[in-house]
Amino acid sequence: MIDADLSVVRGDFRLEARFSAPTPGVIALFGASGAGKSTLVNAIAGLTPVASGHVRIDATTWRDARTDVPAERRRIGYVFQDARLFPHLGVLGNLAYGERRAPAAGRFVARAEVVALLGLTDLLARGVQQLSGGERQRVALGRALLSQPRLLLLDEPLAALDVARREEVLPYLERLRDRYAIPMLYVSHQYEEVLRLATHVVLLAAGRVIGTGTPAAISLDPRLRRHIAPEAVGAVLDVEVTEGAAASGLVTVALGAERLRLVARGVAAGARLRVQVLARDVILATEAPRALSVRNLLHGTLAALEEDGPDHVLASVEVGGARLLARITREARSELGLEPGRAVWALVKAASFQGHAFLHGAPHAQPVRP
Amino acid sequence: MLTAAEWEALRLSLAVAVRSVLMSLPLAIAVAWLLVRARFAGRTVLDAFVHLPLVLPPVVVGYVLLLLFGVRGPAGAWLNAQFGVRLAFTTAGAALATAVMGFPLMVRAIRLALEAVNPGLEEAARTLGAGPLDRFCTVTLPLMAPGILAGAVTAFAAGLGEFGAVITFVGNIPGETRTLPLALYTALQTPDGDALAARLALLSFGLGALGLLAAEFLARRLRARLSR
Repeated sequence: MIDADLSVVRGDFRLEARFSAPTPGVIALFGASGAGKSTLVNAIAGLTPVASGHVRIDATTWRDARTDVPAERRRIGYVFQDARLFPHLGVLGNLAYGERRAPAAGRFVARAEVVALLGLTDLLARGVQQLSGGERQRVALGRALLSQPRLLLLDEPLAALDVARREEVLPYLERLRDRYAIPMLYVSHQYEEVLRLATHVVLLAAGRVIGTGTPAAISLDPRLRRHIAPEAVGAVLDVEVTEGAAASGLVTVALGAERLRLVARGVAAGARLRVQVLARDVILATEAPRALSVRNLLHGTLAALEEDGPDHVLASVEVGGARLLARITREARSELGLEPGRAVWALVKAASFQGHAFLHGAPHAQPVRP
Repeated sequence: MLTAAEWEALRLSLAVAVRSVLMSLPLAIAVAWLLVRARFAGRTVLDAFVHLPLVLPPVVVGYVLLLLFGVRGPAGAWLNAQFGVRLAFTTAGAALATAVMGFPLMVRAIRLALEAVNPGLEEAARTLGAGPLDRFCTVTLPLMAPGILAGAVTAFAAGLGEFGAVITFVGNIPGETRTLPLALYTALQTPDGDALAARLALLSFGLGALGLLAAEFLARRLRARLSR
């Protein structure tokens, strides 16, 4: 459990952030730029002076009214947006910097494993100047991990990278999350990154925490999901694959008695998936349609309708105990006479999950604990 | 090739310049750090004070040193009583006068180097478990090294030629304080000293050129090492 209640004053900006989240896990700090994400992370790290409040992680207090552990003794692995590798030390020197200063007792991250996990073997002999942006961030990740951290802070580690480089680094972050049970705070303003990585989300706006929860819970909370881009509105489901990818490339996920099928290559039964069913990709029908290319014809009940801008309504459909969201036009709603309580079919293309299904832990993975 | 007196002057010039640099380097680093990183009330005053030797006539600097560190000066008397160290009319005194004159040059170069060090790197070192002294020695100092070298070389080169402050504070004593410029000055004051003066001028020229070349070579080596 990480528990923070911090107030920081910097000029005109005032941060009053209070949240707690389960550990281990990846806690995403999500919000627009200027919401105070970096300030909060720096306050937790002990790099920014805190006016009042407390930070606790598991049984350790880093700051409260009586204690204020200096940053260098908090044992935090901090990955900065701009990597901040030491230019005079080379890759190996950077990796060794924190490792050498970590207490000998309770080491749980081994150099050889980090090098293999992050694909650093070919970089070890290089100087820092000869690295690409993505390689720099991988080295920075390795350096932070080898300091044997109690908490890993990642402050938009991908923000300075272009899309291709981002895709290059993201799988390493996923591997790291599945391999080590180190609590992580991941700052981002890209919700896709949050969906791929986070187990818990803390939403920040104007220096305050406006909500916390799992991505699935936030996707269904009308008040909170407003803070996520409108085109990203859609139910998020954390599910287990019941049937692995067949030759067709389709995997099956059970939603109560209904079966959701989606394209996810190379995923075996038992794997945990997070899928985002975008509201704009869901079609509602009041009669069972036939002869369609759509792979998912899910029978459910219309649970609720809410306003969604001037042209649309957002329909919540209960399917096998889960909820899906469908964005439909006002015209369609009145033509079909859609009212809560009505039985409906939700149509979702299996292909619409491309880029919206993320592996969250392979089956039987046993993470290394600090 | 060189006469005994010429060797003596050359040796003294080098000894004075080297000692002045060694004397002022730690203090110059500390003052540069204070000026760049510390926030305190007297910062502007300290900044002005450090630059004084640049704008004062060297004779004034020598005179002030004489008042303070002379045999009857407060600091001079104390040093003599406590440690038996005598600065007035000694090589050590010449080094002190040279150090004071070169101090602003050194601080300026080191300060520029420190300003160029990204404080974010020190923060990174901090999160990796490095305390204040540790991160200064392992991150800040190595990154400042080219600037420190530049400052030391400039102060050394300037120190080879320091005249006014030295002659005022410690006089012109052969074998003790008569460095190259003082020897050159003495030769010019002596009838038939023209040839000697010319030789000494040539020697100064050669020494300066050699110093600059060596500095450039060192700076290149260091830069190459830093940007591996």
